[in-house]
Amino acid sequence: MSWYKPSELGYNVRGKLTDMGFGARLFLRLLASIGGALKRPGLVRDQIHFMGNYSLAIIAVSGVFVGFVLGLQGYYTLQRYGSSEALGLLVALSLVRELGPVITALLFAGRAGTSLTAEIGLMKAGEQLSAMEMMAVDPIQRILAPRFWGAVIAMPLLAAVFSAVGILGGWAVGVAMIGIDAGSFWSQMQGGVDVWQDVGNGVIKSVVFGFAVSFIALLQGFEAQPTPEGVAHATTRTVVMASLTVLGLDFVLTAMMFSI
Amino acid sequence: MQRSNTDVWVGLFVLLGGAALLFLALQSANLLSLNFDKGYQVSAKFDNIGGLKPKAAVKSSGVVVGRVDAITFDDKSFQAKVTLSMDKRYTFPKDSSLKILTSGLLGEQYIGIEAGSDTANLAAGDAISSTQSAVVLENLISQFLYSKAADGPSTDKAKP
Repeated sequence: MSWYKPSELGYNVRGKLTDMGFGARLFLRLLASIGGALKRPGLVRDQIHFMGNYSLAIIAVSGVFVGFVLGLQGYYTLQRYGSSEALGLLVALSLVRELGPVITALLFAGRAGTSLTAEIGLMKAGEQLSAMEMMAVDPIQRILAPRFWGAVIAMPLLAAVFSAVGILGGWAVGVAMIGIDAGSFWSQMQGGVDVWQDVGNGVIKSVVFGFAVSFIALLQGFEAQPTPEGVAHATTRTVVMASLTVLGLDFVLTAMMFSI
Repeated sequence: MQRSNTDVWVGLFVLLGGAALLFLALQSANLLSLNFDKGYQVSAKFDNIGGLKPKAAVKSSGVVVGRVDAITFDDKSFQAKVTLSMDKRYTFPKDSSLKILTSGLLGEQYIGIEAGSDTANLAAGDAISSTQSAVVLENLISQFLYSKAADGPSTDKAKP
């Protein structure tokens, strides 16, 4: 695999195209698998339990600290312009529109995405997936689909928890510690945050990130070389690709949603 | 379908996520105070709207009584045409006047409505004719400079 060898260029381009096509086909099959996932909600439930409940602690703690930092930094800047009452608005808007969905997705890729990749990669290395196919059980339907839909369901809930906890963190620093008036903190926030424009679009963002992160994690696990090294590489690629995809998608989504 | 212990925890997780969404919607975005009634629409023409934006508030005595629905440009009279959506609960006389005001020194702009004395009230589709444009800082400065220049240079020295 070296791009600088002209004699292997065609082979490599063809290989990349094949990977893309395989990925697109897997994505469509995962989307189509929603019927099967709904027929066996127990499988999806177990995945939500594994990815959602166990990620809750890291998400909530990060949310609190991000809220604290936003409160401190926001106050530092705002009080220069004599408008420190707008702190509530600043904290709420930055959390709901950007930081909530994005940081949740990044943490989710590290916390749950890696475990998905490693699990499926090891299943492949142990030839469990091939064994299922031999028994006429579709591994995509039985293994990948519940994980995919579990992650898509868990992500917006986690992002909402992150934003809510972050706003409370901002409140703790701004109102309880620094001493901004609680009434203006909340009323500025309520005056400036729109339910559909800000909160709704934040939820849409987190759903899109849920699709992206879980799909990348599953694809990397499914495509991993069935060796210990292959699984290790796949896990690394999951974190790198999922993080970059989330940040890139965030830019595109923000440009689409919030441009006037 | 059998139930298991995981159900409890997943249910709790979903409940927590739902509660967080509800908190965001109610506490930070204030969904309850949103008014879904369209109200009645009136229009007005301004020479200059300054930084007025759609969804800006229409206030009377500081109370929000409506919102700016749309801002368009009328190329017949070369004026900005602003459509206001007024709250159904409040009625105003037909000869009420509109002013574009700024909240605070650098705050956002809103429309102030001052009640007139007509006995008939504004109805949907009416046009308000008495309007006052936004204050543009550049115009204010140039007016000030012109009035200074008109006074002449020797105003200070003339008086001993």
